Amino acid sequence: MSQAELTAAHTAASFNEDSGAHSGLTPEEKRQSKRNLRRRKLIATAFVIPLIVFVLIAFIAPIGTMLYRSVYHPTVAQLIPETLQALQSWDESGDSIPDTATLNVFAKELHYLAQERRSGKLAEEINRGLPGSSSTIKSSARKLKKLDEATLISEGGEHLLAAKKQWQDVRIWRTMKSSGEVFTDSFYLTATDLTRNEQGEIVARDTNIYIKLFAKSLKIALLITFLTAAIGFPLAYYLATAPAKVANTLMVFVLLPFWTSLLVRTTAWIAILQTNGVINDFLITLHIISEPIEMLYTQFSTVIAMTHILLPFMILPLYSVMKGIDPSYFRAALSLGAKPLSAFCRIYFPMTLPGLSAGALLVFIISIGYYITPALVGGTDGQMISNIIAFHMQSSNNWELAAALGSILLILITLLYWIYDRLVGVSNIKLG
Amino acid sequence: MKHLKRFGAALALCTAMSPAMAEQFTAVSFGGAYGAAQQKHMLDPFMEKTGHKILFENYSGGIAELKAQVESGNILWDVVDVEVIDLERACSEGLLEVFPQDTLPPGDDGVAAKDDFIPQALANECGVGNIIWTILYAYNQDTIKGGNPNSIDDFFNTSKFPGKRALRKRPQVNLEWALIADGVPKDEVYDLLSTDEGQARAFAKLDTIKNDLVWFDSWSQVPQLLNDGGAIMAQSANGRIFDAIQKDNKPFEMVWDAHIYDLDVWAIVRGSKKKEVAEEFIRFATGSKPESGMQDVAYGPTRKSAYAYMDDAILPKLPSAHLDEGLKASGEFWADYGESLGEKFNEWLLN
Repeated sequence: MSQAELTAAHTAASFNEDSGAHSGLTPEEKRQSKRNLRRRKLIATAFVIPLIVFVLIAFIAPIGTMLYRSVYHPTVAQLIPETLQALQSWDESGDSIPDTATLNVFAKELHYLAQERRSGKLAEEINRGLPGSSSTIKSSARKLKKLDEATLISEGGEHLLAAKKQWQDVRIWRTMKSSGEVFTDSFYLTATDLTRNEQGEIVARDTNIYIKLFAKSLKIALLITFLTAAIGFPLAYYLATAPAKVANTLMVFVLLPFWTSLLVRTTAWIAILQTNGVINDFLITLHIISEPIEMLYTQFSTVIAMTHILLPFMILPLYSVMKGIDPSYFRAALSLGAKPLSAFCRIYFPMTLPGLSAGALLVFIISIGYYITPALVGGTDGQMISNIIAFHMQSSNNWELAAALGSILLILITLLYWIYDRLVGVSNIKLG
Repeated sequence: MKHLKRFGAALALCTAMSPAMAEQFTAVSFGGAYGAAQQKHMLDPFMEKTGHKILFENYSGGIAELKAQVESGNILWDVVDVEVIDLERACSEGLLEVFPQDTLPPGDDGVAAKDDFIPQALANECGVGNIIWTILYAYNQDTIKGGNPNSIDDFFNTSKFPGKRALRKRPQVNLEWALIADGVPKDEVYDLLSTDEGQARAFAKLDTIKNDLVWFDSWSQVPQLLNDGGAIMAQSANGRIFDAIQKDNKPFEMVWDAHIYDLDVWAIVRGSKKKEVAEEFIRFATGSKPESGMQDVAYGPTRKSAYAYMDDAILPKLPSAHLDEGLKASGEFWADYGESLGEKFNEWLLN
């Protein structure tokens, strides 16, 4: 059956189903057409299976794991299950530490953790809630490691209390109980500069860092988007209207840096902006300044370098859209009496919007999660939220907090995308 | 080319010597001049002697990569050079194998290992001390104005020595220095830093030079910062500065006041499939002769018998000659407060 026949049969079949009254096909033909339709759907699905698998493996699974990791935290519950069980009956709001039986159970579990060399994990977890408790747990673990099981069951608690005076402190037990929860919102609270106090109420944290960083990242990303648009728009306009030969040559200048390694371009900015770099040397030679200006390792250098690196993402969609705009519209507006500015604003500019919004969306989303360039040229005030996420992945080993921060970033971007869709409409985006 | 030759030599050796015995494993250290010295005095002689092949890689410290490898069960590294400040944590979290310290050979002068090594080198069951190194600050004689700084107070004195100072972007060492410069005796620094008042005091002292600070992430950036005038003074591992002075004739000067010293150890990643050869390598690398080779970058040996092979001229330049002026970095303190101070430090940077 040819394509045309198939379509005809399909239309007939669906018409048939829809109306249910009139039929031009025999039942055999109907079956045949349905079979064909099914086969086509199967083939079409088969073609997208690799894509679906790829998306699952490369996007859905990691993002899912990240979201899960930011709330699911079974480490403590796995390390000291019996202690947590025993702590259930302890009244944490009082001033007294758990009873001797609970202490014995904990001493026994700590002994086994020390033998399996997992006490450090527990120490790390508890230390997160109560800084300073890491050494308490580790040194007690070392002491308890030497005792035998019978002693531990009967008088482990005494040995524990004798090992470190910190065990008399209610706070360490409270921390232990609260970090024993398998599902926790504590990483999200931390990521939004909040914490729970001893009464379990949500209060502001002493250190106020993440909200500020999110705000700053947003600000930098918006600034870069604006700058790339401001620089990219006239350039793209020139490229789109210049003679082919000039435009092609200029296009190479746009694309060449685009094909160059990101690291190379970032390093080039280091060479240009540093204290004894190209710009400072030039200005000093011309006696414009006497002391070198500090440009590298500031927010300024982050913005400059990222604007340069992301510029092609703005120029290319703008260029392809502008290329498709018929110049005669603009001329027609002029000939009908419009001033050049109003002709531009009311005729030309609206037609470039699909390209501009595509470029802006690309640049904004890429820059908010940018990592390498701020890390290299940003210094301290040019850091973005992604650098702190990397810090928690690489240095502080707080993967759960990194996951929570990453999830918030994801939610934030999705939210902004949604607002953007409501205001501009995603269907208005045109990449080429 | 040199590497190629070395590779060729190792390959030839591998095939010449009973190939069934030859093993290949990965060692990881910090690169730079230090890595080159380790390659020359520890890895190359070991490969020549045994026919095993070592792939030598660099990392920038910390335990995140170890944790990732051990937790995922995908062990890529076998032997790793760990800073003692991270060792305690890595060991108690089960990221490293226990090293049988009783198998360490005696020194070349016949003294038993446990008497030959300095006690700190064998203090942790997971590793064997490799070097004593230190963090100090250095200045460039060409760019410094106002005389020669010689104390940690001078580092914080911006009116006498105007210009940028470079520090590594982390709370470690910087907070200790701030307190010492604020007049806290060295032996009280860590006690004070564990209190809120002490932390506030340290940050307040850092505030006084905040606008004159340049931050870096890797030690390899220091010689360049000093050289191109990015900073007039810079915190550094002593070996990097020594190497720049020695090999490149840079006009750098080291200031030993309040330097913070520590050890590096060789350790084995938990779950390494090459555990036996890795142990063999560590026994070899911490021997008297290979240890003495660390004098190339002015890092002190951890066993006394190594001094017999060392140049007398180098001894005053080693951290071991300046222990009185310095402070031992506290791994225990940083295991307790590293994370909370890291967060406070980041907050301080942002404000």
